[in-house]
Amino acid sequence: MTTTAESSLHELLTALGERQIAVGEVRGVAATDPVNLPMIHHWTDAMGDANPVYTDEDFARGSVHGEIVAPPAMIQVWTMPGLARAKGAASPMDDVLGALDENGFTGVVATNCEQTHHRYLRLGETLVPATRMTGMSGPKTTALGVGYFVTWVVTWYSGDEPVAEMMFRVLKFRPREKKSEPEARAPFPLRPAVNKDTAFFWDGVREGELRIQKCGDCGELRHPPGPVCPSCRSVNRTHIVAAGTGEVYSFVVHHNPPVPGIETPFAVAVIELPEGVRIVGNVVGCPLEKVGIGMQLRVTYREMDDELVLPMWVPRES
Amino acid sequence: MYSLSGRTAVAGIGATEFSKASGRTELQLAAEAVFAALDDAGLSPSEVDGLVTYTQDSNQEISVAREVGIGDLSFFSRVHYGGGAACGTVMHAAMAVATGAASTVVCYRAFNERSGRRFGQPDAGLGGEPSSQGMEMSWHVPYGLMTPAAWVAMFAQRYMHTYGASSEDFGRVAVAMRRHAATNPAAWFHGRPITLEQHQASKWIVEPLHLLDCCQESDGAVALVVTSAERARDLRRSPAIVSAAAQGSGAGQMMMTSFYRDDMSGLPEMGVVGRGLWEMSGLAPKDMQAAIIYDHFTPFVLSQLEELGFCGRGEAKDFIANGGIEIDGHLPVNPHGGQLGEAYIHGMNGIAEAVRQIRGTSVNQVGTVHNVLVTAGTGVPTSGLILSQD
Ligand SMILES: [Zn+2]
Repeated sequence: MTTTAESSLHELLTALGERQIAVGEVRGVAATDPVNLPMIHHWTDAMGDANPVYTDEDFARGSVHGEIVAPPAMIQVWTMPGLARAKGAASPMDDVLGALDENGFTGVVATNCEQTHHRYLRLGETLVPATRMTGMSGPKTTALGVGYFVTWVVTWYSGDEPVAEMMFRVLKFRPREKKSEPEARAPFPLRPAVNKDTAFFWDGVREGELRIQKCGDCGELRHPPGPVCPSCRSVNRTHIVAAGTGEVYSFVVHHNPPVPGIETPFAVAVIELPEGVRIVGNVVGCPLEKVGIGMQLRVTYREMDDELVLPMWVPRES
Repeated sequence: MYSLSGRTAVAGIGATEFSKASGRTELQLAAEAVFAALDDAGLSPSEVDGLVTYTQDSNQEISVAREVGIGDLSFFSRVHYGGGAACGTVMHAAMAVATGAASTVVCYRAFNERSGRRFGQPDAGLGGEPSSQGMEMSWHVPYGLMTPAAWVAMFAQRYMHTYGASSEDFGRVAVAMRRHAATNPAAWFHGRPITLEQHQASKWIVEPLHLLDCCQESDGAVALVVTSAERARDLRRSPAIVSAAAQGSGAGQMMMTSFYRDDMSGLPEMGVVGRGLWEMSGLAPKDMQAAIIYDHFTPFVLSQLEELGFCGRGEAKDFIANGGIEIDGHLPVNPHGGQLGEAYIHGMNGIAEAVRQIRGTSVNQVGTVHNVLVTAGTGVPTSGLILSQD
């Protein structure tokens, strides 16, 4: 992206952030269940919190609270939407986080979480969360990548009374290319040219099909394909899906010079298909010295990069 | 029926030195070779009215004409398909002269193939464009099958399987070519013969091809002057008569990757050329005292001997093992050392050697040569010539 485009993106994101801050607090969906003992039990078990004031009625009655109260740190749990449940009312954060995702800031990491608890919650209280965006800054260059810090505050209400608050800050960042696997992420350089006559083949490969052109009139099979049937002049083209097996008709093992995108040595074969045509492809998944004329193969498919899938051939027994 | 046979001749040959780094532009190389060929023929640039080169040559006919002082051109043409164009340039020139389209045509090929663009290196642009050739390449390039050595190796493997030929059988070609080059001062490998053991020990390029199965990379240029046989008789040199010239392409032909037709153990396009040459000349293999067989890669020398009828199918390995292609053999092949030994000038240097053999002036003269057969690049649509003494 050019610097100009980058700065206009920054303006767009900043404006969106300011607009959402101006919106102020937006009420969310009320908790599905009121504050209750079974959920407190689960939470204290999971957290290893043995304080009996949260679970033992008799003990709690004798405490300063006079009854069972919920652990304050559990505040988020009461209104957390389940995975399968509808999210309900929109949060003022949705647009901002969505816009960052759309512009490549797909990484997310929580950087700050500060909770303030105004009082203990009692069994039977129903909480409603409300969210307001409070800040956005960036772009900042971080170890993870360039990104924006976005801050919001959630306030939980019991009736009209605010009972707790949480300030939450995340870094939304553009993930750096991972240095450990540059080979896997680099675009495979050796792309086929594709046109109207051959697109069906490459479309098929992406769908896991090895397609062979078949004349729509005389039925002749043909690979490599072409626009006109050499047997009957028909331009009415169809295709069949090959069984995906084949036999090595000839092969080479390439050592030198280096070929962009492929590690040497590697094997390439002319493969005879039972359908009666030949096709060229790499033989993989076995030691190179095992490759020989007559070897039985089956097709598989490999993603070379985000766009290109190639049919590859492996020994049939494997 | 009208025949091209005997109507025209190669009247002049010229070349630059053969090197790994010419230090000058391809256009300068072309001009130098054209001057040399015209001087050899005893003609001036103003007498040239036609130019022919390869589609792959980077020097336009008009650029060469400007550089060497050729004025009006009434004929210019290009021959396609890489080194398959070599003898085709002479064929086109001969046809132009025989039909009166031109009187004197110069054929040239000039490149810095070692210091400039190297054909043996993978070209990531191959197959990238949706031309018909790009589409052909697209069935091979994504799998890394993208160098001439690799394309030839695919045929060689099948040839070995079909006829029981071995890497040593290919190696004997390389050894013979280097032996011939060793006594040719113009050859890059002058004084540097090799043994079969060295061939076997040379690194793999693309199995089953070793490094020494692959011809060298060269900078240089060669030019040839073609005119009518009648006129050639009045010029400085004794003419090398064009007894036959032919081009050939086979069914299911592709550029180097004709893997999809019935048989991969032959070179049908060279069969087409051979039939054309024998028919046009009225000659037969036994009438050839020497042959210039295109040797960019050793395996195709065997296939060509078979396609041209110098031996039966699968018999070339025995023909060669029995000394058949040596200077004193049954059919001396590439006395100059070929492209494996002299230089890789896309086959044009071989045509010049054929002319010297007819004239009796080669440094490795094989005796009296009445007829010599020349072939062009293989694995691609190709061409051939039979040059004869007057
Ligand atoms: Zn048809």
